[in-house]
Amino acid sequence: MSDDVTNILVAGIGGQGVMTATEILAQAALAQGYDVKKTEVAGMAQRGGLVNSHLRFGRKVLSPVIPSGQAKVLLAFEAAEGWRWCKEVVPGGLVLINDSRLPPPVVSAGLFPYPEDPVGDVRRAGYQVHAFDAAAIARELGEIRLINTIMLGAIADHLPFPAEVVRQQILSRFKARKPELLALNERAFEAGRNGALQAA
Amino acid sequence: MNVAPALSGATRQLMSGNDAIARGAWEAGVRVATSYPGTPSTEILESMATYPGVHAQFSVNEKVAIEVAIGASMSGVRAICSMKHVGMNVASDAFMTATLTGAKGGLVIVVADDVGLSSSQNEQDSRYWGRFGHMPILEPADSEEAHAMTKAAFELSERFQTPVILRATTRVCHVKAMVALGERVEGPAAAFVPEPERWVMVPAYAQRRLPLQAERDKALRAESEISALNLVDPGSDRRLGFVTSGPVYLHLRESFPDAPILKLGFSHPLPVEMVRRFAGGVDRLVVVEETEPLMENELKAAGLAVIGKDILPARGELLPSVVIPAVKGLLGEEVPADVLARPAPKLFPRPPTLCVACPHLGVYYALSHLRNKVLIAGDIGCYTLGAGNPWNALDTCISMGASMGVALGLDKARAEGDTAKGIVAVIGDSTFLHMGMQGLLNITYNRGNVTVLLLDNRTTGMTGGQNNPGCARDVHGEDAPGVDFAKLVEALGVRPERIRVVDPYELPTLYKALREEVAMPEPSVIITNQPCTLIDDFKRHLPFRVEEDKCTGCGNCMDVGCPAITVTRRGKEVKKSGREVDLTFVKIDTTTCTGCGMCVNTCGAEAIVNPSLGKKP
Repeated sequence: MSDDVTNILVAGIGGQGVMTATEILAQAALAQGYDVKKTEVAGMAQRGGLVNSHLRFGRKVLSPVIPSGQAKVLLAFEAAEGWRWCKEVVPGGLVLINDSRLPPPVVSAGLFPYPEDPVGDVRRAGYQVHAFDAAAIARELGEIRLINTIMLGAIADHLPFPAEVVRQQILSRFKARKPELLALNERAFEAGRNGALQAA
Repeated sequence: MNVAPALSGATRQLMSGNDAIARGAWEAGVRVATSYPGTPSTEILESMATYPGVHAQFSVNEKVAIEVAIGASMSGVRAICSMKHVGMNVASDAFMTATLTGAKGGLVIVVADDVGLSSSQNEQDSRYWGRFGHMPILEPADSEEAHAMTKAAFELSERFQTPVILRATTRVCHVKAMVALGERVEGPAAAFVPEPERWVMVPAYAQRRLPLQAERDKALRAESEISALNLVDPGSDRRLGFVTSGPVYLHLRESFPDAPILKLGFSHPLPVEMVRRFAGGVDRLVVVEETEPLMENELKAAGLAVIGKDILPARGELLPSVVIPAVKGLLGEEVPADVLARPAPKLFPRPPTLCVACPHLGVYYALSHLRNKVLIAGDIGCYTLGAGNPWNALDTCISMGASMGVALGLDKARAEGDTAKGIVAVIGDSTFLHMGMQGLLNITYNRGNVTVLLLDNRTTGMTGGQNNPGCARDVHGEDAPGVDFAKLVEALGVRPERIRVVDPYELPTLYKALREEVAMPEPSVIITNQPCTLIDDFKRHLPFRVEEDKCTGCGNCMDVGCPAITVTRRGKEVKKSGREVDLTFVKIDTTTCTGCGMCVNTCGAEAIVNPSLGKKP
């Protein structure tokens, strides 16, 4: 039964839109007729703390929690967070990383070092890595908050259903809530797809 | 991969457990819903507030919330009250007598346990309240069950005239899963019927309720023995049988697909005879419950041989990575390597911290500069983060409102080592209204000497920005009668001369006010008056930046702790005295800086400038 379930882990920092991105992926899986469960523990999510979201879909999903080391794909919204969570991915599995760096205040204050090459660390651990600078793309598009749409673009070609399904979810979400941002998010989504594909 | 049959439109939805509870309550015809915000329960009431035909309110605390729900139930109307586990401690006084009066209109108390302690000051197992308060407990495993069991809880409540506890955990509240929606069924027209012997709990009347409560216990036990909410999942591998409740069932079902499982949705009173029959069909019985050994101890007392906390932890979530090794050990089998959690890489932590431009930053900057001269009693809210870096400016945190009492205790004890120190209490607006007011009255009445920092950011910040009487808006965002904090604290006995309202972005003013009030031999209140950066009241300005050639690397601005200020490079300098000092050169992240200007005053070199003006504003 569990072989039938696709496990996707989305990880990042409070305020980056991790939970929204996972919600959109969940809706996409739902639109494909899957049973879906999504969970996170994010009590202090907006306070710069760690956020990770588990998405599981398949014919029938029991536990909402991805068993240790059983994620098929990790979508990491920050370079070091890719390194932190890759241990939850099946050996040799896919890790998609926004390789821009967001050192927390404890690093700025000199209490802890930031790893020299976190993306390289993930590669050396044997994972298949697609890393690109989603923050730079977001800045180019003029809105840093586009990172989550860009990251959705990055994963869209690595799901058991077409990228178009994810795109439609993003479009319908913005159509309903913020139509003025529709075109911009469409561009961000395509930029994320290209970013991840070129980084392959 | 195959695609499951398409779902039938909007009658099934992906919903969080909290949303599912609210939906279930609405379908059950609930007309009054109350709560005080608390992770992981907050969204139940927020969701209730979106439905028509329901009065939904965030009350000032859980005790008031449950009392409002009790009053509604007394009048024959269905009511729901939701809170986090520690909220039940606050509500317990009313709770313990409401069980004696019983419910008339269905009364459901939702208690959400923070198993794993992600956003709380402790971990409690709220199932104890069912034992203590003689109330039945239903325990959903996911959203679908949360929806169905909320409806079942109302039926049960009215049938047995008892309040019912719906016990959820974070792994139910914040998990999204599919729910099949139903329609709302309105309750019959109701009215309060005077029955003093039932609703007026004086000793003579309360005495008469006790035997009725004992009879109800018996009837509920009989009901749980036949309840459809308790079910056996047969399985084929009879070496071990599991007795479980809540979301752990799903982890077990997935981890041990062939094991027989008795899943208790109606977990208290415990259906002991049902368990006994189940035990007859398996070699050994294992109780898997989050978090304390309640069912286990009751089954042992009933003479059943069960295994439980001798192999499983009595704290934290019982995830597959915890349960599988324990059970494999019991069976004498090898633990598959891929089940065990792989070690985490050595990496910096990312503790939650105060936001960019948070008005509390100014408060903790000021407190950190008085660190050796004051003891600081903290409270529950975002400002508890003041205990962290770089401020390290919190000495205690116990419970909602406790800063007041603990501060007075520090003051009155005046331990020999602390005689020269000022006593400061730090509390937010919502927490002050929840349980701080009484503590401040106790300080003034008992002639305490405490300087209270009342951080009024016009919202209940940590739980995501709920309105409270301090911001004069209700749960729908509509204008509501509010409270004036300066007048309130004066009414509580603080002399007007000792009440100051200060802008926390004005660091020198705040620091001066704090020093002066700490020096006063009587209670003072300093109210900070700037809004949370995450609510609409907060206004962004153009970002500041650091002029690189002017930055001397003194690092003073880093003491503010604003996440928008980051280090560009470090260095060392040898002073004329021969002393070597560390240098920290900084920049301001212009995408996150809101232009609040708090850091400007920390920079003697005037290197922090507002680009719109080209100079220090």
